[in-house]
Amino acid sequence: MYSQALNERIEGPRVVEDPAKLAAFQARIDAEERIEPNDWMPEAYRRTLVRQIGQHAHSEVVGMLPEGNWITRAPSLRRKAALLAKVQDEGGHGLYLYAAAETLGVSREELYEQLLAGKAKYSSIFNYPTLTWADIGCIGWLVDGAAIMNQIPLCRTSYGPYARAMIRICKEESFHQRQGYEIMLTLCRGTAEQKAMAQDALNRWWWPSLMMFGPPDSESQHTEQSMRWKIKRFTNDELRQKFVDATVPQGLYLGLTFPDPELRFDETTGHWRFGPIDWSEFKRVLAGQGPCNRERLAARRKAHEEGAWVREAALAHAAKKRARERAQRIAAE
Amino acid sequence: MAEQPMPLWEVFIRSRTGLAHRHVGSVHAADAEMALQAARDTYTRRGEGLSIWVVPSAAITASDPAEKGPLFEPTASKIYRHPSFYEIPEEVGHM
Repeated sequence: MYSQALNERIEGPRVVEDPAKLAAFQARIDAEERIEPNDWMPEAYRRTLVRQIGQHAHSEVVGMLPEGNWITRAPSLRRKAALLAKVQDEGGHGLYLYAAAETLGVSREELYEQLLAGKAKYSSIFNYPTLTWADIGCIGWLVDGAAIMNQIPLCRTSYGPYARAMIRICKEESFHQRQGYEIMLTLCRGTAEQKAMAQDALNRWWWPSLMMFGPPDSESQHTEQSMRWKIKRFTNDELRQKFVDATVPQGLYLGLTFPDPELRFDETTGHWRFGPIDWSEFKRVLAGQGPCNRERLAARRKAHEEGAWVREAALAHAAKKRARERAQRIAAE
Repeated sequence: MAEQPMPLWEVFIRSRTGLAHRHVGSVHAADAEMALQAARDTYTRRGEGLSIWVVPSAAITASDPAEKGPLFEPTASKIYRHPSFYEIPEEVGHM
């Protein structure tokens, strides 16, 4: 999902944990207790969370770029105001998540440095371009829809600060999906040209949306441990299926078709069956060879570098104010 | 040049009159005034609050969860602090 690159090995020395502490930790997890920042936790649990929450935070922040692209070109003031609010929400979500990661002993500056250096991953979905206004509809409907599918179970994840951040995010995410679907609905009820635009966007976003859930369970190396620690509550494939089942009827209501000739409803299981996903594309995009990887990172670096003077000035101003207040206090004494 | 770390602030919000301020998360900001503005933008985009407190994270002293046994022991052993410890005849009625 927003943290789909969990297959890579986590760097750092192997830590041999005290079996008694490990057992007590697992017992707390099994009893559905939340783990809080100062509680004892296995090093691997901490590292998994830092990486997962970090990737999630980076995805929110990079996710502002494809949509930001359309703020100045939104077709009406209503759409523009909504898109602006949505992009601002994504920035807020990034902040909640960085704050949650920081409770694990990593600083936001460190995490951000990893993103800008290209060392940390973010969701593959944001490396696709937003070519038309219908792409904004598709992102809200599909990308935020997929995100909600993944994030609702994360509201019950075992690490307290992460779970609390997810609760806030889920409350806000629902507006994102609805505004996207409304854009699609308006296009589909419009002229033939507008409907074609909606169809074209669905054709391009459908498969990348399914890839958001990450590699198939058979290739997902950390799923089992993450499920045992209740960081994850459902596997990648389970969430992907839930998403397809929820989304296909919505697309059919729009009068659109899905770019999958094998898509069919399975009467016996009640699930929508879909064709094979091109995992080589997923790996390529995640490894940096997607259509917009370079552009996205360049935009983040530019924003970071060009904002440096603002951060420096704010700190210098705060230091000056503190010094002035100190001098006044001393003078008054 | 290595980035200078931005100070961390804990954010507390009163959601309605009559309720206490409640911890909602944290923000980074150079000073208290900017921390308040960042907290407003980050945590109250949908009318979640009537009042915000920001406190430098470094100013908070916390108890150690590993010591919670000895720390809270006095409360566990003093059951006579609870009303149910005292027996009142039923005829007396609700008390």
